[in-house]
Amino acid sequence: MNATSIPAPVRRSVTVKAPQHKAFEVFTSGFGRWWPASHSIGSSPLRSAVIEPREGGRWYEAGEDGSECEWGEVLAWEPPSRVLLAWRIGMDWKYDPDLHTEVEVRFVSVTSDSTRVELEHRLLENFGGEAEAARGTFDSEGGWVGLLRNYAEMVEKTIV
Amino acid sequence: MSQIAALADPTRLAVFELVAEQPRSVAEITRSLPVTQSAVSQHLKVLREAQLVRSEPRGASNIYHVDPAGLVRMRAWLDRFWGSALQEFQKQVEQEWRDK
Repeated sequence: MNATSIPAPVRRSVTVKAPQHKAFEVFTSGFGRWWPASHSIGSSPLRSAVIEPREGGRWYEAGEDGSECEWGEVLAWEPPSRVLLAWRIGMDWKYDPDLHTEVEVRFVSVTSDSTRVELEHRLLENFGGEAEAARGTFDSEGGWVGLLRNYAEMVEKTIV
Repeated sequence: MSQIAALADPTRLAVFELVAEQPRSVAEITRSLPVTQSAVSQHLKVLREAQLVRSEPRGASNIYHVDPAGLVRMRAWLDRFWGSALQEFQKQVEQEWRDK
């Protein structure tokens, strides 16, 4: 396996005009209030998305038909400064309990009513063919198809 | 042809899914699908040109793998995905704080 082919983590940040505790509360307990419906992963249209507010809590979405689609779980719960989530949505766009990628979100107080929210999605190498080579196993791998399909749908929506 | 367009054909998508599952030769792929080996070869050619798969010689045949460059694209997709999600988050939290 060629080390240079390991993808760097995705890092995104945004500074919001709200205090640290509020930013944490909206991001986690209020997850379903802001998560874009277009970012649904389940087969049914998104009704709500939930981060259960505790270590070991579930991270999932509920569809309009009542179905639930697991995304992962809460690995670390440190209000108001940090939450660490396991993202276990594989390449086939399905929940895979053996897939391990992490989404870490840090809430850094800038002023009394301004917070920088830093998101890092890491261990992306576990998604793909390189992980197969590294682990010599194929069982937990899907492929690129789901993401590309989903990407295609997003692109189409953007164009239309 | 773009990656998306390359996967628009159902048979080609099936070929790609087999390669994504594990590296395979043309003969192995053909055995799993109700199409001829020359059709599979044609599909692989398109997938290779779209940088979705790449081939490595093994003995007399080629073994097809998912192209690691695909990881780069997937990463780009997630980058966009989280970027737009955080924008929505920002709108929501700022609105809630203003309306407190």
